[in-house]
Amino acid sequence: MNNTVEPVLNRRSFLKTAAGRAGLVIGVQLLPGCALPEDPTRTGKPAGQSWSPGVFVAIDETGTVTITCHRSEMGQQIRTSIAQIVADELEADWDKVVVAQATGDPKYGDQNTDGSRSVRRNLTRLRQAGAAARQLLEQAAAEQWQVAAGECKADLHVVVHQPSGRRLAYGDLVPAAAQLSLPAPETVILKSRRDWRYIGKGQTSVDMASVLQGRAIYGYDVQLPGMKVAVIARPPTLFGKAESVDRTAALEVAGVEQVVELPVLTPPAAFKALGGVAVVASNSWAAIRGREALVVDWNAGANADYDSRAYGEALLASAHRPGRPVRNEGDVDTALRGAAKKVKAEYYVPHLSQAPMEPPCATAQVTATTAEVWACTQTPQATRRSVAQALGFEEQQVTVNVTLLGGGFGRKSKPDFAVEAALLAREVGAPVKVMWTREDDIRNGYLHSVSAQCIEAGLDERGKAVAWKHCTVFPSISATFAQGTKSASAGEMRLGFVDNPFDIPNMRLENGEAEAHVRIGWLRAVANVYHAFATQSFACELAVAAGRDPKDYLLELIGAPRLVDLAAKGVEYDNYGDPIETYPIDTGRLANVVKIAAERADWSRPRPAGSGLGIAVHRSFLSYVATVVEVTVDAEGALTIPATYVAIDAGTVVNPEHVRAQCEGGSIYGLSCALGEITAKDGAIEQGNYNDFLVARMDEAPYKIDVHIVDSDAPPGGVGEPPTPPFAPALCNAIHAATGKRIRRLPIGNQLQA
Amino acid sequence: MKVKINGKTHDYRGDPSMPILWYLRDELSLTGTKYGCGMALCGACTVHLDGQAVRACMTPMSVAEGGTITTIEGLSENGDHPVQQAWAEHNVPQCGYCQSGQMMQAAALLAGNKNPGDADIDQAMAGNICRCGTYVRIRAAIKTAAEATS
Repeated sequence: MNNTVEPVLNRRSFLKTAAGRAGLVIGVQLLPGCALPEDPTRTGKPAGQSWSPGVFVAIDETGTVTITCHRSEMGQQIRTSIAQIVADELEADWDKVVVAQATGDPKYGDQNTDGSRSVRRNLTRLRQAGAAARQLLEQAAAEQWQVAAGECKADLHVVVHQPSGRRLAYGDLVPAAAQLSLPAPETVILKSRRDWRYIGKGQTSVDMASVLQGRAIYGYDVQLPGMKVAVIARPPTLFGKAESVDRTAALEVAGVEQVVELPVLTPPAAFKALGGVAVVASNSWAAIRGREALVVDWNAGANADYDSRAYGEALLASAHRPGRPVRNEGDVDTALRGAAKKVKAEYYVPHLSQAPMEPPCATAQVTATTAEVWACTQTPQATRRSVAQALGFEEQQVTVNVTLLGGGFGRKSKPDFAVEAALLAREVGAPVKVMWTREDDIRNGYLHSVSAQCIEAGLDERGKAVAWKHCTVFPSISATFAQGTKSASAGEMRLGFVDNPFDIPNMRLENGEAEAHVRIGWLRAVANVYHAFATQSFACELAVAAGRDPKDYLLELIGAPRLVDLAAKGVEYDNYGDPIETYPIDTGRLANVVKIAAERADWSRPRPAGSGLGIAVHRSFLSYVATVVEVTVDAEGALTIPATYVAIDAGTVVNPEHVRAQCEGGSIYGLSCALGEITAKDGAIEQGNYNDFLVARMDEAPYKIDVHIVDSDAPPGGVGEPPTPPFAPALCNAIHAATGKRIRRLPIGNQLQA
Repeated sequence: MKVKINGKTHDYRGDPSMPILWYLRDELSLTGTKYGCGMALCGACTVHLDGQAVRACMTPMSVAEGGTITTIEGLSENGDHPVQQAWAEHNVPQCGYCQSGQMMQAAALLAGNKNPGDADIDQAMAGNICRCGTYVRIRAAIKTAAEATS
């Protein structure tokens, strides 16, 4: 694709693009239930909410098709996938397609780019947008030729009158088409799957050239005339505040212009600015040095005593005690008492930081009546809302431009950094860019929840699991939004916990209480990370206890192909917001990916000493992923990962190349989840950069990652997150196979050297 | 202070202790060179100084005096350096943020080693973090670029 599109760069190019987009603008109104019932890729719940007509496709008189991407681009190539979907139904020539990035606006429907739902919630509605435009062009041609619309067929950027062979290019049809009204959604006819031109193909990213030449614009790269740069000294502890500030040294740094105190944060933290003291300067270096020179005396506040080590031990103790039951089948206690063998283990996963390569960064310009923001945000609508609230504006007064994101992983779902920029821009009276340094990102972020779990199982005399008791304890993300929340939300319970797919007659799942002392937030795959770690590690422990092959035993735990009916078990379960009839919990698909990953890894081959394979499988975000990790551990305990085998069943896939990349990257992100740790002492985070918060580097990453995508015409599942949860348990199961050492507490750290 | 950047000579009169990174980004709007850590831990800011890969976030302007700097924007005229071509062929980038630094590091490796083995690649590239996890493709792309240039 010869695509010259650039992301929204700045006000000037944005305005030029908007003003220059003459011609046909097509909005497609989608209402719940308007998708064609026989459409196999139908998501079932088009928008997840009612939504207004949106503008997704524009065609100008030169024939250039502009497709608006309303989801944030953070490496998943959603800008490309959305263009593929719309262009396919539009019968557009890929070389004549450019992609524009939407601002935050409810007219697009949901824009919150998390939950691995961009494709699964948009495939049908964007196909309809493309198809509506196509039908409009066909109708315009029919009227021009005075023939029946049914005789006119769009074919790669021209409409052909089939009986006569006459042709009209899309660009030439724009003036006539612009006079027509859009076909009603229920009359839109989607292409049949076998005619897909771009969907299902590995189109190259539309941003490839700009990325490779350093021209792509991320949040950090925004520059406006007269812009100031701010770096903020934030309270080291949550809800701490500046007791006194000595600005003298900071103001002496050349380039520093102002020192501004931000409002003190009051609970709940939500998406509000953290507070602290901003150093505003004429350039980045001055702002960084000015912040270093600032002398602040902090009042640590209510979380001054938070010690993550003591806290973690308390969580573990709590995981051994009875909690609030969230799923209870059969009689676990009796089954455990009668079991031939009992196995019990506890697991611990620490706080983690998302640590995207680009730290949070936002630029804002505020007048008396308007605010404009440029930010690397996953959630432009919440950004708009949060900025409006902070400024006392109506949402309509705020424009949020979305840049490319240098990674997101959930951190950029929280727009606190955009709120900071808006507050400072108003205070300073000039455009302000707020740059988070890496230390800011690690120390003042929204951490992945620390978690402790205890699982006890009973095996019968043949080694078959007959009882499973599992308690999970972690501070809830809800505490970030409702101060004092101690129980996990239903949303967190459904992330790999209550949806346990194992075929065990006696099962009790419980949640213990925990108080949050830092901002807790989403990290790629969220609670699935620690729930899959415990569940899939323990599955392997049971296999070992039963003297069975871990893969065979895992398949036995999954049991016969069936649909797990949680409603019948009285379990509260929202299935990631999509209907269970459309996206059942299908143990047949779960077992299938296990078998594929094992086969590709040549699971049964003899292995030399110090080498081992481990397997894990997990359903999350409506997709099924099995991962086999191969490790070698030498006599000194040095770990290497020669290979990883991933099998994914994500239903219908829009771009297999990008799915493959997500499986590779998601695996390596899962590896990082087993390497890094964030700790707190006296309420403050102890790590600050990539030297003490460890993430996977090239020499630690798998040398080879084999990805198999199950060919499927099922509705599309999520892709960005599902590959991450199975990695760490598969890794630790492999380490056990290689060394006999069982890692139950992450990070792995020096446990292999002991 | 004179410094040549992407073929053009600039006269820098600012703070000699300022890292090259901020001069490139703030004053020359060469934003292809990225901030990632500020401590030479991640490699996102890698540029070439007199042909060597250096971390722009920790290299002060004083070190560049009289020197020649190449950034991602100057790696090739039309984006067709063998490394850039190989990166495209293997669809390496995900978010792309670290990739300028990865490519500059890889280009420096290949300039000094026409046929790097896995250990050479590990050694040269372990200082460049990619949170998206594109390492397998980076390795493959470096080998492709090596073949193209040998």
